[in-house]
Amino acid sequence: MVHGLKGWMMAAPATALVVLCLVLPVSATIAATFYAGGGPFDLYAAFLSSGFRRTVLWRTLEISLITTVLSLVIGFLTAYVVSRAPPRWRSALIILAVFPLLTGVVVRSFAWLIILGRNGIMNNLLVWIGVDGAPFTMVYTQGSVIVAMVYLFVPLMILTIVGVLENIPDDVIEAAQSLGATPVQTFRQVIFPLAVPGLIVGSVLVFTGSFTSFATPQLLGGDQQMMMGTFLYQRAMVAFDWDGAVTVSAIMVAVTLAVVIGMTRIAKRLNPMTT
Amino acid sequence: MTDRLHPALIAFAVLVYFFLMGPLVIVIGAALSDTGYLTFPPQGLTLHWFERIFEMSAFRRTMVTSFQVATVSTCCALLIGIPTAYALNRYRVQLPGWLSTLFVLPVLIPEIVLGFSLLRSIQVGVGLPVVSTLIIGHTLLVLPYAVRVISASLASFDFSIEEAAVSLGSPPIKTFFTIVLPNVRAGVIAAFILAFITSINDVSISLFLTGPGISTLPIQILAHVEQFFDPVIASVSVLLMVLTVIVMAVVERTLGLTFLAK
Repeated sequence: MVHGLKGWMMAAPATALVVLCLVLPVSATIAATFYAGGGPFDLYAAFLSSGFRRTVLWRTLEISLITTVLSLVIGFLTAYVVSRAPPRWRSALIILAVFPLLTGVVVRSFAWLIILGRNGIMNNLLVWIGVDGAPFTMVYTQGSVIVAMVYLFVPLMILTIVGVLENIPDDVIEAAQSLGATPVQTFRQVIFPLAVPGLIVGSVLVFTGSFTSFATPQLLGGDQQMMMGTFLYQRAMVAFDWDGAVTVSAIMVAVTLAVVIGMTRIAKRLNPMTT
Repeated sequence: MTDRLHPALIAFAVLVYFFLMGPLVIVIGAALSDTGYLTFPPQGLTLHWFERIFEMSAFRRTMVTSFQVATVSTCCALLIGIPTAYALNRYRVQLPGWLSTLFVLPVLIPEIVLGFSLLRSIQVGVGLPVVSTLIIGHTLLVLPYAVRVISASLASFDFSIEEAAVSLGSPPIKTFFTIVLPNVRAGVIAAFILAFITSINDVSISLFLTGPGISTLPIQILAHVEQFFDPVIASVSVLLMVLTVIVMAVVERTLGLTFLAK
């Protein structure tokens, strides 16, 4: 009991900060969606009845899903190579993946602006080769947003999956091999199933990260490819439409929590080590 | 065990690493270019654009603000995060399970929603000045790093050492500073530097919590890119990459960078 009290006292300042400055403000934002309109669900009805807003939500879901799938495939294959590389190479490859991860989102999105811009490297190259119709408009397209997002999230995926692959005990793999499994069989029937929970964790991080991103769609999508994050900013700070902004916020929180909670459940059920 | 990997798989991984590094190399090249517009490969080499950053007051000011906000919020997060991490490990049984979940919330709740909510409730609602709200936002942003990284180092700390000191008559507070803290020093340094770089790079929270006269570097970069497309941004980006290298060197020397792949 005394120990419990001591523990509480030590955790109290941080707990107070999170409750007062995160839980309460975010709850207030979500609560506002229910009383700011006429009826409790009026704001949501207004959101869904607007073709433009539905498009923004749909586009955000679509871009996030494509980004997640691409990052997952690229990240998994790369992480597999990294985890099987000789030790010295392995740490070098991990360091090379950490570097972009710790470099800010703005810098990494800006890099793609230099590459894909109208006077960017890609267009200069295409003009120089003499491709018909070059320069093309590559920024402010869905493709440019997806490329930059995949670029943003592949390092995170690699690191998450390398961590998971390294946690697979060597004896399990050796057991499979000593029982006569070929490398392909070992991969399919042992390594992959054991990696699935980690793949899900990585996918959740990438999906929620894409779904709530701001800098990348702002720089590479502009107004043409508005996503939930840029739309929230536009509603709150440009249009001063706070009713719209709280609705967008609440939808973002709902989607994020649903994905995190739902996928964590699935990951737990699929984990062969716990059953 | 090192199985032989399929050559196609290795080639693919090499391509992925080119994809990861290429754009950053291009930014460095563009920062050194002699031209007034962004281009790669650089036409002539110059460090002129780095001087330009410091000539522009908007960049000077926001750089200082970013460093101040990052320093203050990281220190605040460590100050409240270290005792929390200690309590969560030491009194795990006595404390309710949801308490550790609470400190995951800043990661779980979309940053941009947190930024907007802080603007709505704390800045406009309570009427706190912009700077204080900005610092609160950044402290929340980096708190999970403080708690998580330090918890990880405490997990391997043998609390019986601490009990031994206390039973030999050392006062609890003194024991904490002389026994516990030195043992998690690496964790504290790593947490500091990771939190610092996270705060420096943040966009989504700062976005709503900057006002006339106060802005952070990433927000200034975004604003600048919308108007000008000159190599200044590339050179600011290079400065941020240098900071990243410093951060990585510190993490490597404390926890080891492979810690981040766990």
